[in-house]
Amino acid sequence: MTEPVLSVRDLRVEFPTRRGILTAVDGVSFDIAPGEVLGVVGESGAGKSITGTAIIGLIEPPGRIASGEVKLHGLRIDQLSGEPLRKIRGKRIGTVFQDPLTSLNPLYRIGEQLVETITTHLNMSGAQARRRALELLGEVGIPAPETRIDNYPHQFSGGMRQRVVLALALAAEPELVIADEPTTALDVSVQAQIIALLKRLCRQHGAAVMLITHDMGVIAETADRVAVMYAGRIVEIGPVRDVIKAPLHPYTKGLMGSIPSLTGENDRLTQIPGSMPRLTAIPSGCAFHPRCPRAFVPCPVFRPELQDEAKSQVACWLYQPFPVTLSPVP
Amino acid sequence: MATEASEAPLTRRPTRLASFLDSDVAYSFLHSRITIVAAIVALVIVAAALFAPVIATQDPYDLRQLSIIDSHIPPVWQADGDKRFLLGTDDQGRDVFSTILYGSRQSIAIGIVSTLFAAALGIALGLIAGYAGGAIDTVIMRAADIQSTFPAILIAMLIDGTSRALFGQQRHDNVVFWVMVLSIGLSFWVQYARTVRGSTLVEKSKDYVLAARLIGIRPGLILLRHVLPNVVGPVLVIATINLALAIITEATLSFLGLGLPSTQPSLGTLIQIGQKYLFAGEWWIAIFPGATLAALVLAVNLLGDWLRDALNPRLR
Amino acid sequence: MIAFIIRRLLQAIVVMLTVALIAFTLFGFVGDPINMMVGIETSAQDRENLRQSLGLNDPVIVQFARFVTHAARLEFGSSYQFKTPVIDLIKDRFPATMELALASALFSLLIGIPMGVYTALHRRSVLSNVFLAASLIGISLPTFLIGILLIFLFPVTLGVLPSFGRGEVVHIGFWSTGLLTASGLKALVLPAVTLGLFQMTLIMRLVRGEMLEVLRTDYIKFARARGLTDHAVNFGHALKNTLVPVMTIAGLQLGSIIAFALITESVFQWPGMGLLFLKAVQNVDIPIMSAYLLLVAFIFVTINLIVDLLYAVVDPRIRIDARPA
Repeated sequence: MTEPVLSVRDLRVEFPTRRGILTAVDGVSFDIAPGEVLGVVGESGAGKSITGTAIIGLIEPPGRIASGEVKLHGLRIDQLSGEPLRKIRGKRIGTVFQDPLTSLNPLYRIGEQLVETITTHLNMSGAQARRRALELLGEVGIPAPETRIDNYPHQFSGGMRQRVVLALALAAEPELVIADEPTTALDVSVQAQIIALLKRLCRQHGAAVMLITHDMGVIAETADRVAVMYAGRIVEIGPVRDVIKAPLHPYTKGLMGSIPSLTGENDRLTQIPGSMPRLTAIPSGCAFHPRCPRAFVPCPVFRPELQDEAKSQVACWLYQPFPVTLSPVP
Repeated sequence: MATEASEAPLTRRPTRLASFLDSDVAYSFLHSRITIVAAIVALVIVAAALFAPVIATQDPYDLRQLSIIDSHIPPVWQADGDKRFLLGTDDQGRDVFSTILYGSRQSIAIGIVSTLFAAALGIALGLIAGYAGGAIDTVIMRAADIQSTFPAILIAMLIDGTSRALFGQQRHDNVVFWVMVLSIGLSFWVQYARTVRGSTLVEKSKDYVLAARLIGIRPGLILLRHVLPNVVGPVLVIATINLALAIITEATLSFLGLGLPSTQPSLGTLIQIGQKYLFAGEWWIAIFPGATLAALVLAVNLLGDWLRDALNPRLR
Repeated sequence: MIAFIIRRLLQAIVVMLTVALIAFTLFGFVGDPINMMVGIETSAQDRENLRQSLGLNDPVIVQFARFVTHAARLEFGSSYQFKTPVIDLIKDRFPATMELALASALFSLLIGIPMGVYTALHRRSVLSNVFLAASLIGISLPTFLIGILLIFLFPVTLGVLPSFGRGEVVHIGFWSTGLLTASGLKALVLPAVTLGLFQMTLIMRLVRGEMLEVLRTDYIKFARARGLTDHAVNFGHALKNTLVPVMTIAGLQLGSIIAFALITESVFQWPGMGLLFLKAVQNVDIPIMSAYLLLVAFIFVTINLIVDLLYAVVDPRIRIDARPA
């Protein structure tokens, strides 16, 4: 078993507010193998983006990583700050954010932004960096890169801009790319192109991908494995095919049932009653139990942990023996 | 089978007062020491000004109470001080302490009334411009653009100078309070108008206005009811900034000799008188009014800053 | 781009004409201008002749048109007080005001911008809080009060720096400068600081506010995520994006400096245009008042126009000829 590129154990991200401490990410653990695409899926507010932000150390104070470990190829990075952390960002972990329009500085040409990133991480002269920038632009599919490299961001369409962002993320040959909702802000027709490009390039450059999205369709297309998040926790994680075709956790089942099928098997679309709890009012025990059609005795009391089940892992009392005790303390 | 364990118990809706006290606005107030100090200072000065006739030892506007023999007396803690005049007297024999009280009263009154006037005028014009649209809107906005290219002080000076020409010096002194209110108020309406107009335009395009028109109700009053709550926040912020500026403008005009005359001096007038005697070592005539003015404006600015931060949804 | 310039020029002309109208109406408030110009003994017939020759019996529109054309040729008539052409008076005092304005603008920029950047980058340091407190005081104190306090501190208490006047001036062509003499420079210090202090605190708070906003944007977050150095992020990206709007607002402030110079000139008896205008208002000398108004309007309008154009140059997004692909 090769060493995973990214290894997250019991990550907890907290935001102290005057109303108490909000836990946005509550004990999340997963691995990403080299070259693998891990999808992280869930509704808005599930904590997926914050997980990604925490991994690269961009959580704004007063938010902080309260506990847990993040290891990049065995090196612990969650406690780094300053120079050592900066060296990892961009060079070993690349990032793609949601909105390509606001990701690029409107006052600088994209060539300048590319060259700057390249020379920061790789030992190259300005001219070499520019050549590399041109190569990258070509790889991401920008036509006529020699002219476009001197354009400003607003002179590109949304899809083109996201390709530039992709180029920037891959510029320093990172081992891992964290893509946070990379296609959400794009037209539907462009989304598929960008996702395919992301997958192809990362494979070519040998980078693993953490693909954060709420769009199951994108996951189905692109990911090797998928982690389903709810209220800051992972409820199910496993190979894409298995999770989609045979979801284990009731929440995952609800998610799959709510996707309309083009192949005509549409009975009623399942709707999960209620909504994701706010961070100030996370239910006790299993966070999903108030909305769960299969909740029973242990669910409001004890919080389930991820356990192996077939080829996946699932955190649900339906699949594991629950502790029997007379006092309701979890 | 979903349980109710995680549902919050049904409670009565909190009263408005309780909501306010629990809100971020109140929270940030009570936890910002500087704001509390500012509020206290402002309150003290305003209260002192309000009760000036009671607290002051002399009515400096009443020429009969003044005696030229009592002029140029230093504050009570200096060698030639006089117990009757805590902070000394000026060149006319006016008790500096009392004059500060009466002068602050004038300054604050002019500041508040002119701010209210500017707000009322600005809100009205903004509503009209937004609601009527078309030519009226263009005219009002052009006027706003032209006026905002000039600093308020210049506009206030102009209006003041014109009224002085119109009324002649004597009658001018009688109505000087209202001239100042008018000139300062007229120089500050623009920001209110722009904000309110923006809000009106947003509301105007909403469906309920169209619906009202279709039924035959004039949407004017309904618009008002929907626009006003939206603009209360920004208007309050503009008003506190304006209040400070209004007080400063009044003081500046008086200092330049265009505001309150030396027969009814405000803080600015006192400072102007005091400047003449700085080199003669009679510092108290200028410095005490100056300190009062500074404290007052500072307090208003701090409160305005706090209000701005408290009402800014992004900083919460 | 050309269309943009033309539109702005037209707007500028409209503003100027409106101001001209206001300046023209001022004359109507004073009563009979003839009385200002002649003595009591002048006969009614002579007055009538004078009135006729000055065109005061013509319709208002004609008088206004004449007023505008004369103003365009810089002929503003003669001062009621001094009986000399207004334009000469203004020319005489213009250099004094300009030097004061430029000195204070320089002061406010050179100190305000670095302070603003520092307080944005080091939000919780003690020095930042000191700066912020000082800035609050700076915008709370009226300009004249600052002047008074400075006078009290330096010339009165410490005995250094003059408290009035311009010092010795050197005449170069039609310009008189105080920058070439020691006394001239010393005399410039207190007035420039007085005038510049308000602007400086404004700029500092502006730079801080803008920079904090910029530091919250996605592109800064992305720049950090790319591992760019703090220096590159703060000064390469954030500062550049901050200075663009700051610069334009600062440019607009230059116009109001020229107006506020009036107050400073009064405190320090600085022989500039502002002091001229002030005396004119006190003595109801309409020709000077209307000329000053037109001049100030012209300066403001020109500055606004230049700032707009500058914005187009610096921010590539608003260059109209850029076409998205």
